Formats: sequence, C-alpha cells, structure tokens
Amino acid sequence: MKIRTFAAAAAIAALAITATGCSGGTSNSGSSDGGGKTLTYWASNQGTSLDNDKEVLTPQLKKFEEQTGIKVNLEVIGWNDLQTRIQTAVTSGQAPDVLNIGNTWAASLQSTGAFMPFDSAAFDAIGGKDKFVKTAMDTGGVPGQDPTSVPLYGLAYGLYYNKAMFKDAGLTPPTNWADMVADAKKLTTGGKYGFALAAGSYTENAHFAFINAAQNGADLFSADGKPTFTSDGVVDGISRYLDLMQADKVVNVGNAQYDNGTKAVNDFAAGKVAMILNQNNADSSIVANGMKNDEYGVVAFPAPAGAKDVASHVAGINLSIFKNTKNKDGALKFVKFMTSPETQTALGKPFASLPVLAGAKAVFTDNVEEAKTFSDIYANKSKPLPLVPSEDQFESTVGKAMNQMFATIASGGTVSKADIKTALTTAQQQVEAAG
Amino acid sequence: MRETTSAKSFRIVVIAVLTVFTVIPVYVMVISGLKPLKDVQGAFSWWPSTLTIQPYIDMWRTVPLASYFVNSVIVASAATVLSLIIAIFASYAISRYNFRGRSLFSNTVLATQMLPGVLFLLPLFLIFVNINTNFGVQLVGTRIGLIITYLTFSLPFSIWMLAGYFDGIPRELDEAAKVDGCGPMRALIQVILPAARPGLVAVAIYSFMTSWGEVLFASVMTTDANRTLAVGLQLYSTQTNVYWNQIMAASVVVSIPIVIGFLLLQKNFVAGLTAGAVK
Amino acid sequence: MSATTATKKSGPSAGPPKGKPRKPRRAGWWLPYALLAPAIIFEVVIHVIPMATGIWMSFLKLTKMFISNWGNAPVIGLKNYAVALDFNSAVGAGLLKSFLITVAFTILVVGISWGFGMAAAVALQKSFFGRGFFRTLFLIPYALPMYAGVIAWKFMLQKDTGALNHLLYDNLGLPGDKPFWLIGDNAFWAVVIVAIWRLWPFAFLMLMAGLQSIPNDVYEASAVDGAKPLRQWSAITLPMLRPVNMVLLLVMFLWTFNDFNTPFVLFGGSQPPAGDLISFHIYNASFLTWNFGSGAAMSVLLLLFLLLVSGVYLLVMNRRSKRA
Repeated sequence: MKIRTFAAAAAIAALAITATGCSGGTSNSGSSDGGGKTLTYWASNQGTSLDNDKEVLTPQLKKFEEQTGIKVNLEVIGWNDLQTRIQTAVTSGQAPDVLNIGNTWAASLQSTGAFMPFDSAAFDAIGGKDKFVKTAMDTGGVPGQDPTSVPLYGLAYGLYYNKAMFKDAGLTPPTNWADMVADAKKLTTGGKYGFALAAGSYTENAHFAFINAAQNGADLFSADGKPTFTSDGVVDGISRYLDLMQADKVVNVGNAQYDNGTKAVNDFAAGKVAMILNQNNADSSIVANGMKNDEYGVVAFPAPAGAKDVASHVAGINLSIFKNTKNKDGALKFVKFMTSPETQTALGKPFASLPVLAGAKAVFTDNVEEAKTFSDIYANKSKPLPLVPSEDQFESTVGKAMNQMFATIASGGTVSKADIKTALTTAQQQVEAAG
Repeated sequence: MRETTSAKSFRIVVIAVLTVFTVIPVYVMVISGLKPLKDVQGAFSWWPSTLTIQPYIDMWRTVPLASYFVNSVIVASAATVLSLIIAIFASYAISRYNFRGRSLFSNTVLATQMLPGVLFLLPLFLIFVNINTNFGVQLVGTRIGLIITYLTFSLPFSIWMLAGYFDGIPRELDEAAKVDGCGPMRALIQVILPAARPGLVAVAIYSFMTSWGEVLFASVMTTDANRTLAVGLQLYSTQTNVYWNQIMAASVVVSIPIVIGFLLLQKNFVAGLTAGAVK
Repeated sequence: MSATTATKKSGPSAGPPKGKPRKPRRAGWWLPYALLAPAIIFEVVIHVIPMATGIWMSFLKLTKMFISNWGNAPVIGLKNYAVALDFNSAVGAGLLKSFLITVAFTILVVGISWGFGMAAAVALQKSFFGRGFFRTLFLIPYALPMYAGVIAWKFMLQKDTGALNHLLYDNLGLPGDKPFWLIGDNAFWAVVIVAIWRLWPFAFLMLMAGLQSIPNDVYEASAVDGAKPLRQWSAITLPMLRPVNMVLLLVMFLWTFNDFNTPFVLFGGSQPPAGDLISFHIYNASFLTWNFGSGAAMSVLLLLFLLLVSGVYLLVMNRRSKRA
C-alpha cells in the first residue's frame, strides 16, 4: 500500500464532493403518483402482530375506497423500524402521504418541517379541532403553533393487579404510593413478586421518569425548551421508581433485562407477579397469554400522599400528513375518515384504544369498570410529555441512563441520589449538545 | 513419524475445547426449536419437556417467513450473479493487463472497505432517491436497490480473490489461445473461466453469504413487500410474546441451505480465499 | 482487503507480464478500462459518492431542524469535529469511552480468534481419523448467517432462561447468583465471546489453507535434527505463515473494529454502556439524536483512524519483509 495512492484516492473523493454538490432532500417524490387516486399510508403496529393490523385495517380502507374512490396502499411498520423509516423518509422526501406517529414524537417531528401543519382550513376539512378530546389534541405539536398531527388512538397507563392474589392476601387495590409498596411487599413471597417492570426498556423508563417527576411537580424542560433534568423533583421521582427494585425489592432483578413491556405482561398473565404498569392496549396481550378479563382489575397508578395526581402521560398514536404529499385533499379526507366516529368505534376494540373524540365512549373492553377507570385516567390524570423538539432526546438519554441504573441495581450495586443526579447531568449535556 | 505425547494431548485438548465452544450454540438453536413455548419461557433445560415440531409449523404463520425467504433468495442470488460477472471482468483486467490507474483502482476499492457502514447508509439512501427523481428508477423499497447495494459490498473482496486466482493460472494458457486466434474475451471465457472454476465458486459463496446475512441496510431499504430474512427474524418478538422457540426454528431453517452449501464447497472457498496471499 | 492487494502485488506472480515493455496506446489499450467500467460505476455510486457525501455532511449542522431540506443546512466547518473531540463534554467523553471499549474489544477478539484458529489449524495439521469431520464442524459458526448465530447467543445469554448460566451454575455448580450477561459490565464479555465465536473459524480457515502449502519434508528434516513440536512451530510454521498472517490480521482488525451487526443483534435497542462499540455508538449518535452531521464527523474520525493504523501496519510489514 502506498501513501501516494491513498492521497490520490482522497483527491478523487474531494473531487466527488464538489461534483455532487448538494443533492439534498429537496426532491419531492411522494410515493403516491399524484393522480389523486391513491394514497400511501404507514400504520404503526397496534394489534397483536403486523398481520393482525393488516387484517383489522383492510376492511376500513376498503370502505374508504368505496366512499371516495381513493385506494390506500397500506404498510404496517413495527416499532423497531418505524423511527428509522420516518427519518429516512423525512431526509429524502421519499415518504408516504399519511402516517402514524407515537404522539410523544409529535413536537420532535414537527421541528423537522417535513409535516403538514393543520391550519384552520385543514381542521375544517377533517371536521374541526373541537371534535377531539382536548388533552389528546394538546399532543399534536408545540403549543402556539399549528399542530402537525392529530390524535388517532388514545392510550393511558394503568396499574393492573391480579384479583385473586390480592384477595388471598386480604388486600384491596392501592390508592397511594405507600400502600402500593406495602401491598407489593406483602405479595412478594414464595417466588412471586409484587411487581414486574419493563426496566430494560428505555422508552418505558423515560415515561415513568416523567410521570414520577410530574407527581413531584417537577418539569423536564423549562419554558424556553431547555432541559432541566437535574432538579430535585426529577431526581426524587426517578429514585422512587428505582427503589421498587432497589430498596423495596418487590421487583425481580431479572426485570432489568425486560426490554419491552411484553415480558412483564407474560409474567403477569402467568401469575408470577401481582401487579404491572401498562397501557390499556395490554388487554389483548394479557388475554392472548391466557388470563381472563375478569381475573384482573385496573386502578390509576398511585402517587405518594400529597403529591400531584398524575397517573400517566397522555399516551397514544397521532396521525400526520407529509408536507410534500401530492394528494393533500385525499390525505385530509383520509384523516377525516380515520378520526370519524364510525372508524374510531370499529378500531377501538381490536387496537384496545381509548377514544380521542370528545364525548365518545370507550369500546376497547367489555369490562365497564375498566373502561371507566381508563377513561378517567386519560381525561383527568394524564399530562402530556414535554411538547418540545428535544422530547425524543429526553427519552433516549434519560431512558438509557435509567436502563443502566436498573442494571447496576440488578447486578448487586447501589444507585444513590447523587449517582442519579450525575447521570442526569450527563444526559442533560447530551441533549444540549444535540439541540 | 511418531507423534510425541505432548503434541497428542495438545491436539486432544484443543479439539475438545473448540468443539464444545462451537457446538453448544448450535445445539441450543436446534433443540430450542423443538421445544414448546413454555419451555423456552422458563429455566433452560438441555432437553425439551416434550419434543415437538410445532414451532416449525407455527413459525410460517407468526411472520410471513416464506415470503421473506423468497425475497432473500432472489436478492442474494441476483447480487451474487451480478457481482460475479462484474468481478470476473475487473479481475481479468487487473490480472492480465498493465494499465494506467491499475493500482489506484485497487487501492481505492480497498479503502472503501474501511468505511463504517453507518457513514454511508443515509447518503446512499439519498442517492437512491435522487436516482429515482432524475431517472425514474425506483430503488428504495425495491429488491433492485438492495441487489445493487449488496453486489457492491461483496465486489471488492471478490475482485481480490478472483485476481489472485487468475494470477495462478499460467499465462501460457491464454497466450496460446490468443495465438490460435481467440480474442481476449474468448480467451477469458474459453480458457480462463474453466480453469478458475474453484475460484468462481469461492467468490459466489462469499457474495451469497454477505447478502444473506446483511441486517443494517436491509432494515432501512426494505418495505413489507421485499423484506429479507435478516430483518424478518426480528419480528418474532411480537406485541404479545417473544417466541424464542420459533426464532430458533426459523434460524435453523434459514441456516440450513447456506451451511450445507458452504460446507460442500469449502475446499473451493479456501483455495480462492488464499490464492492471493499464499504463494 | 487493502492488505490483500498489497500482498498480491509483492507476490512474485502478480503484476503485468514480464519482459513486455508498456507501449503507449497500443491496440486495445481501452480494453482493461472497459472491463473495469461496470465495477467502477457501481463502486462510485454505492461507495465513493456516498462516502464523499458523508464527509461533506460532517461539516454541516445537520440536525432535525434541517434534515428535511438539508441543502440549506448551515456549514459549520469543523465544529462537529470539535464537539466530538472535546473529551470534557458529554458527547466527546462518550465517544472516547466507546473508542477505548472498541480497542479493547478488537485486541481481545482478534488476538483470541487468531490463537484459536492457529491452535485448531495446527491440531488438525496431521492426518488422523475424524480430521475431516472436525474441520467441517469448526467452520459452522462462519457459515451460519450472522444474525442466526448471534440470536442463538442472545437466547443463551439470558439470565434466568439462558443456557450459559444453566451450564455454569446449575450443571457445573458455580457458587453465587446467576449474573446478567446482556446488561451491566458483563455485556462487554458477552459481545467479546460472541464475536470470537463468529470470527475464529475464519482465522482457522485461512491458517489451515496456509499450512497446506508448507511441504511436509521441512518438518521431517527438522525432526531428524531433534526439534520439538513447539520449536518447529516457532521456527517453521510461523515464518512460513507470514504472508497469510499479514493479510489475516489486518482483515480481522478492520472487520472487528467496524463490527456493527454483532452488538446490533445482540443488544437490540437498549445497548449497555459496557458493550457500546463504536459503530453502534455512531449509529445511535446519528439516528437516535437526529444529529447526522455529528454522526458523520465521528465516522470520518473513525475512518481516519483505520486508515492510519492500516497504513502504518502495511508500511512496517512491507519494510520488514523487504529486509527479511
């Protein structure tokens, strides 16, 4: 190998740079071919499998085609791939017309400028902003700007408990944090545990960092969008959550490896744990794993006595339109269709979602009490995750830091509040650097 | 020549240790594919509570494995054939001609091999999109895009292996053919290629294996319709369950054709691989 | 790969036909270029242009604010590099840590894989009953599709349901609690073990082929002189394998240092800091934070490092072989 040839190679590369110049993603090639007769739609995985989603959505899309003559090309994308796919779509402009996003990404995605803002004309076309539940609509984007997404499916965290295990131990469902821990301790016996947590999932961990901090009245971002992760309220909140495994020992240390909610649900359905924290779409998974609907109950995730009554973030899925769609009218029609009462009712059950339409009734379960509990959590005890462009950074940095803290605890170490603060300082610096 | 005792015990120890190290994961893969779901969710055991082939039946339903299989076969085969053809021409030029830029070419090609794939994942995606906009050829989300990507991944190593192999074929052979009135292309096809068959097999195996196993680009460049096995296997972790037994069964199924092919042809592979280095 | 070409050139049979002076513009001068054209076109489109684009991206402030219209992203010169190399900042410190982990990972994986490969090649050098069987067996990890092998390991390395802990603690009776392998500090050893498992058969394959070209009578002659096996190995085998080793070590170094697939499949979305290999780190720095400019700058730094190491390695090796 000769240095000279490397130099020559480098020179060629340099030439190529100037030659290609900026061929950036200004190109405008929505994959639907402009004729107004087709739309491309990316759906997220809401059902039990990608195929299940397809089966559920296809009849609705047929109906839409009958009504409007517009054919919808559906692709269901798993959560592992969805973010990368959206990124490449945003970057290249090779994008679907309409797509599902996790509503916590809304503000982050809005800041890319790749999505169509819903102005008043657009809202008129889909049936008005007021048709949505207000908390759900709040997740549409940064406050004070036209939102770039509208709510599609509503979700909320609840505390699922095993009725039989509670009854056998002579317990009633907890209403505050101290009760919950006491119950969990009592139920942690004979190889069973009070709790299962998805302690190895950074998104789940980030959500509970937010919820616990919110119970303490602490904000993760200042009004001007700067991260404030290191405040005492945040540190205490995370510490409280970690202590379920560390101090209270009501969580099997093995849960530090649970990198998605599925494994906790499996344990719950198998009767290995008495409680799990999950969004209401866990219902179908619990049943699929062999536990009957009347064998478990749900209450709001309790806050410590005297703290703010926040039990969940406003979770769910939003619907966005890509700005460079060549079929804006069709896309709006489709959004209107998906957020219409009929479609919402039809999809509410199979996807186990809460209604995002004002005044609509929850249909995701036949269990009246459960429906009431979740509707109450969603409408009254939920707070949106920070509506700032760096929200996604919060999830990845703080969530991953918490993964590591759980891992430390699980392998026999201890995590002090000082350790939490140090880790959050690093996370905050990373977010600042990326901003 | 008699072997000393120490050499013999060295041999036995090495073979024993490496056999255990090699075999255990393979055994776990095979046996776990024959377990019912509850076995793989509980503590590990070396033998199933009941031996079942159910995972091998269910796995086709949990994810559309068959269609991913077809995609993988098409993509890997096409990438292999194209890469082979292109490599044959390039290696022939490098091996039999002296021309300006010869070493520049080889060195640039090999320098690209040091690139972290992450660096050009996004740019490549952009280029594909630009090709689509300017020339109307759809490359993203099609098999063609993936084929083109993979064929270039294996191209540099293939060119190197083949050039080494061609060098080992006596020049007198094709010189004689040329004296007989063959053009350079006929000399290549009629003389060199038959002589280099083991090398060609080696290159084909290498290309095929590269394409069959690639994950990163496949996860970004494919859609539902053309997803390959490498990405498809991840889908066994569904919303309701992680089907470890089906994952293992599917791993066995996607491995069998390539392992058998490789083991049958390994002698060629060794020969091709080392042609350049061992002289 | 670079090494291989270089070696080939230093080999006796490479190069143009001897004794034929190069005549400018002789008939058919264009033929080699025509033969190379397809390869060049594909390499340019898939490697060279993207690489150049990537280098260009590293000078841009390419965050999510600009990504959808990145022709307009502001040029910020070397700022991305400054951030990546400022080891007092969170980003720089993270990169440095990942780099050091990768260095340790590479040294261990390449070293042990080479050792295993050499040991196996020597152990199978002499013919004995079952040799062919073991030779085939040892190649299986290399022949398995990458993700299938790594997923099997992922399953084995689970704490409570995995085969490794079962073997060590239930079967072999190690004292203490079963450890985690895929989270916490053990994750480093997990990724090292899996990478060795995948890589060593390649070393074995190359070294085995190299050994075949050493004539048997060399060993016999030295045995007559009373040389012990270890002495034979260091006096005959090792020097004779020099050309193979030179290529092998460099190729394994490059593959291992750039290894993305192993941590990606093994750890999935939640990679533990102890297994934060540099390719994976850069991937996360780009895709998780949407800061593609910064990610590109890190990739370029990685590329420069690899070029430097390979260049120095080849220079030293070539000089030594000329002396020898």
